[in-house]
Amino acid sequence: MTEKRLKTGSDFTWKDMEVGNIVTEVGNASVRKTGDWRTKRPILDREKCTKCALCWIYCPDAAIKPSEEGYYESDLYYCKGCGICASICPAGAITMIEEEEK
Amino acid sequence: MSKRVGLEASHAAAEAARMADVDVIAAYPITPQTHIPERLAEMVANGELNAAYIPVESEHSALSACLGAAAVGARTFTATAGQGLELMHEVVYVASSMRYPIVMTICNRALSAPLSVWGDHSDAMAVRDTGWIQVFCQNNQEAFDMTLWAFRVGEDSRVLFPVMVHFDGFHLSHVTEPVILPEQKEVDRFLPRFQYPFALNPDKPMTHGAFGPPDIYAEAKVAQEVAFRKSKGVIIQGFKEFGDIFGRYYHPVEPYKTEGARTLLLTMGSFSETAKIAIDTKKNKGESVGLINLRLWRPFPFEELRQAVKDAETLIVFDRCISFGGPGGPVSSEIRSALYNEKERPRGVSFVGGLGGRDMSVKDFEYVIDRGREIVEKGSEELFETVGIRGKVTGIRG
Repeated sequence: MTEKRLKTGSDFTWKDMEVGNIVTEVGNASVRKTGDWRTKRPILDREKCTKCALCWIYCPDAAIKPSEEGYYESDLYYCKGCGICASICPAGAITMIEEEEK
Repeated sequence: MSKRVGLEASHAAAEAARMADVDVIAAYPITPQTHIPERLAEMVANGELNAAYIPVESEHSALSACLGAAAVGARTFTATAGQGLELMHEVVYVASSMRYPIVMTICNRALSAPLSVWGDHSDAMAVRDTGWIQVFCQNNQEAFDMTLWAFRVGEDSRVLFPVMVHFDGFHLSHVTEPVILPEQKEVDRFLPRFQYPFALNPDKPMTHGAFGPPDIYAEAKVAQEVAFRKSKGVIIQGFKEFGDIFGRYYHPVEPYKTEGARTLLLTMGSFSETAKIAIDTKKNKGESVGLINLRLWRPFPFEELRQAVKDAETLIVFDRCISFGGPGGPVSSEIRSALYNEKERPRGVSFVGGLGGRDMSVKDFEYVIDRGREIVEKGSEELFETVGIRGKVTGIRG
């Protein structure tokens, strides 16, 4: 997965817009910051996680990535917090917490 | 050799699209535009024009089909009028915001109700703010010339905006006038093959028409507005290049016998030619009058307009459209805005006439000039006055 991040917020000016707002690269939805849409975020409990990868399969927007140790964790830059991973997890290893909570 | 032929403006526009060698035409017939798609369909069927002619079920579909064609880099043409332009309205904004240089000729028609197929500028004014480059034609030669010019300017990589060429329904669309048709090689010199820089291509995929959440939409609109205003330079350059090849030079604002004139009349479209005769008649009587023909409607030529009227005492603006409950006709309102912050400016007088195919004669324009000067001298209780309405009109006040 690309590690490229688009400029967002105050970095992004009208001069950065492509003509006609055309997106010239394909498959780049995840380089756009959508993490700030979230109201709840998924927290993984590694003690409970069995590394079954169901969350990775069910994530509708490819926000979950395998880590080097084999766990599956959300990319919070991109994750919109829909909670499907928490619902599908058979081990109950993922909980959704309010964004305001630390 | 160029040739001089008798053509109605509709056929002149179709001829321009043929000589521009358009790739795709998608149009739905509507009076008074019908002769344009009819003639182009005939050309395609007869093999005179190698283009895809897409017969669609509505104007909304016509311009939608044009979007698709333009997205793959096709030179794309359509035409409509009145209610057809209204039905198309949603897609009109999309074409300009996606920066597709589609060319569309409009045979200006009144809007219902009451149902009217006859001419005025209500349809044009309803799409004023849609981000299309818009010009008005005075005669059939201009209908040909502006259509050709529209491709050249719209497709320029510094512009990439769609262009609307307005000419009056029936007064031009259905009237035969002499039109000089250039040679194909001159047209090819003026209008090279179109290379749309963002054409959809399976070998290099990209996304057209993505959505814009609140953190991007406003930047997108400002970028569009800045680019649109900047296109005026290319518009003017395009007029010059057109003149250099074909010998007819056009300008955003065209003064007619205005030098030293104390009173100016401003008109748009075919009525400018009638108004010119009224100016000639009055000049022959020694009156200090002149005419401004406003050709470029969008982007609005602020500097050129201010320059053209700066020495006049009175500026009479004639509209073929009512802005209900507004300050007068849309053209008048625009001119007043353009001059509002000027230290020295002419007194403004607004007239509305020629609605729904009502004719404006030379005498009518003489009346407009006389009455305009009288209003400046004695004042008027009305925000604007009408021409040729039966019964005394009162109650048009702030």
